[in-house]
Amino acid sequence: MEYTKSFKGRSYGFADLKTVLAKASPLRSADELAGIAAVSEEERAVAQWLLADLPLKIFLEKPLISPEIDEVSRLIEESHDRAAFAPISSLTVGELREWLLSDSTSDEEITAVCWGVTPEMVAAVSKIMRNQDLIAVARRCSVITRFRNTIGLPGRLSTRLQPNHPTDDLRGIAASVLDGLLYGSGDAVIGINPATDSPKNVENLLHLLDDIIQRHEIPTQSCVLSHVTTTLELMRRGAPVDLVFQSIAGTEAANKSFGINLALLAEARETALALRRGTQGDNLMYFETGQGSALSADAHHGIDAQTCEARAYAVAREFSPLLVNTVVGFIGPEYLYDGKQIIRAGLEDHFCGKLLGLPMGCDVCYTNHAEADQNDMDNLLTLLGVAGCSYIMGVPGADDVMLAYQSSSFHDALYLRRVMGLRPAPEFEDWLNRMGIFDGRNALSRGLKSPRLLEAVKELTRGTV
Amino acid sequence: MSDSWVTLRRFTQARIALGRVGHALPTRGLLDFQLAHARARDAVHFPWASEVFAEQLRTLGEEVLILDTPVANRSEYLRRPDLGRILSQESRSRLRNYNADDADVALIVTNGLSSTAVGQHGLPLLQAILKGYRSRQIRVAPVCLVANGRVALSDEIGRLLGARVAVIIVGERPGLSAADSLGIYLTFAPQPGNSDAQRNCISNIRPPEGLGYEAAAAKLLYLTGEAIRRALSGVALKDEMAELLE
Repeated sequence: MEYTKSFKGRSYGFADLKTVLAKASPLRSADELAGIAAVSEEERAVAQWLLADLPLKIFLEKPLISPEIDEVSRLIEESHDRAAFAPISSLTVGELREWLLSDSTSDEEITAVCWGVTPEMVAAVSKIMRNQDLIAVARRCSVITRFRNTIGLPGRLSTRLQPNHPTDDLRGIAASVLDGLLYGSGDAVIGINPATDSPKNVENLLHLLDDIIQRHEIPTQSCVLSHVTTTLELMRRGAPVDLVFQSIAGTEAANKSFGINLALLAEARETALALRRGTQGDNLMYFETGQGSALSADAHHGIDAQTCEARAYAVAREFSPLLVNTVVGFIGPEYLYDGKQIIRAGLEDHFCGKLLGLPMGCDVCYTNHAEADQNDMDNLLTLLGVAGCSYIMGVPGADDVMLAYQSSSFHDALYLRRVMGLRPAPEFEDWLNRMGIFDGRNALSRGLKSPRLLEAVKELTRGTV
Repeated sequence: MSDSWVTLRRFTQARIALGRVGHALPTRGLLDFQLAHARARDAVHFPWASEVFAEQLRTLGEEVLILDTPVANRSEYLRRPDLGRILSQESRSRLRNYNADDADVALIVTNGLSSTAVGQHGLPLLQAILKGYRSRQIRVAPVCLVANGRVALSDEIGRLLGARVAVIIVGERPGLSAADSLGIYLTFAPQPGNSDAQRNCISNIRPPEGLGYEAAAAKLLYLTGEAIRRALSGVALKDEMAELLE
């Protein structure tokens, strides 16, 4: 046994570093399914103790997957910034937790350490942090990105307007987009999950969104969440692509199961940059992730779900994305069983992503076979609001009728804005006020005064759109 | 406060124009959501009375086998999909000794993620399917009823019964708009280790809103015939069917 710890005459041994990480992970069904979770609460607590005493340097010396067989590991190794690492290079995992929470560490120092920490260091420290620690430290990280507006400023909360439809019916989608805009949603992106990934269908959806954004001069961006190869093909055809979307994971093998690799992502980003469609900045990648994705592709290499997830963020940050979100409860109860596990995972992902320098949002969500309900989502939503989450989803009535799961609603975003005093992205907030959707005081206008959007509603109803 | 764009509801089943009280959902919208979620939860968690189902089938003159997986309860079923893909030791030995002479099709029913769906639509769907098979002289092994199964369970059962094609009827994961959908998965040359790419699926069977029993049975009959004739299933078969339907 390479790692051992004795407590009161009882000794525990762990074969290797990834075993220590897996056993130290707060309980979740994904690690149980993979057969790598701690077998008792005591074993978990001991593993956390042992993990806390490990020097951060060990993660540089002992990669969890050999870089020779995994390009994500190579990326992690090559992108590590020794100079940024210097202030924390002599710390243990436990000391890193204290450094992050300490009053003598400034918020600027935490933001500056981002390329000095690796996903494994961040995952490790998260495992010995309470929920309140994850919230308190994430709040201290500043990550600001721009395309046609500015996401992630302090005191701001953005939303992705998600107007999905089971058959991609253009009028059905337009109806949900108008509904969302009239509720003040859509500054992170107006993003459709297409029911079918065929290029023609995706192209139609791209034109629909582009027309709405241009016609109403909305300071936001659109995205149809098709496979990156479909988006590439459409960009070559001249389709109006703002953001390039892709689901990503934390190992080369898992990414391969998604039909992608780093070179393909780089090619898509270059192609999109050449379109020069951003006005405020050129962050134009949109990534989605989620704990359990590597396991479900049987590509986890014995690494726990949360550490695999943090490694996906190494992939994301290589491409300076506008948005990243963890679709935390979508994957189902065999990965995150109940509200408690989903909430914990959402906070971990947000913390890890932010510390690694990513514009983290969260799809606060669950499926009907998970042991969770809207109250759990209210809890996670509120906690993420406190943690400074960059954006959340806006789904009509929280019910996605295409993907058949429950997420956060336009109303939920209004709730969080009201109780936390959070405002939309400044450019979008100005637009909401100009359109008469907001009242100038970060709330919906009483009595509706948005003649332009209501005119669009009338046209759609008459069938002239 | 109600929304003036409520006319847009005709274009989508999405929950749009819900109105609001302050920032929040009006009470009616809140309760409507809770009811839909409650139905979905019940569909997942109600147990399935496979014995009662078996009795109904026997009354209709069908031969039935009740089998089980190693899954102990619904909670384990949800956490351990791997256990829902295999038979219990006892069921396995039972099937090993069972002599299903030259069946074309192994037909399996499981509650999957919705006991409500199997309870509501299982029997009439099975009747339509059996009638269709018999009209084409396709030989069907005794109907296997297995609680807490997953789709890939059909590989093991199909293999043990020596069937050329395995067909499993399964309760689909409930959504808020429908908690009672059945799905059918067909696999040619069933054997453990087959991938989902080798299967064909017919989903959203729940008349009157979704696909009807006769229509589903007709599709399945077509797929079964083609799978046997061409000795394959999955993506290759799907493409052709799509063309045929266009």
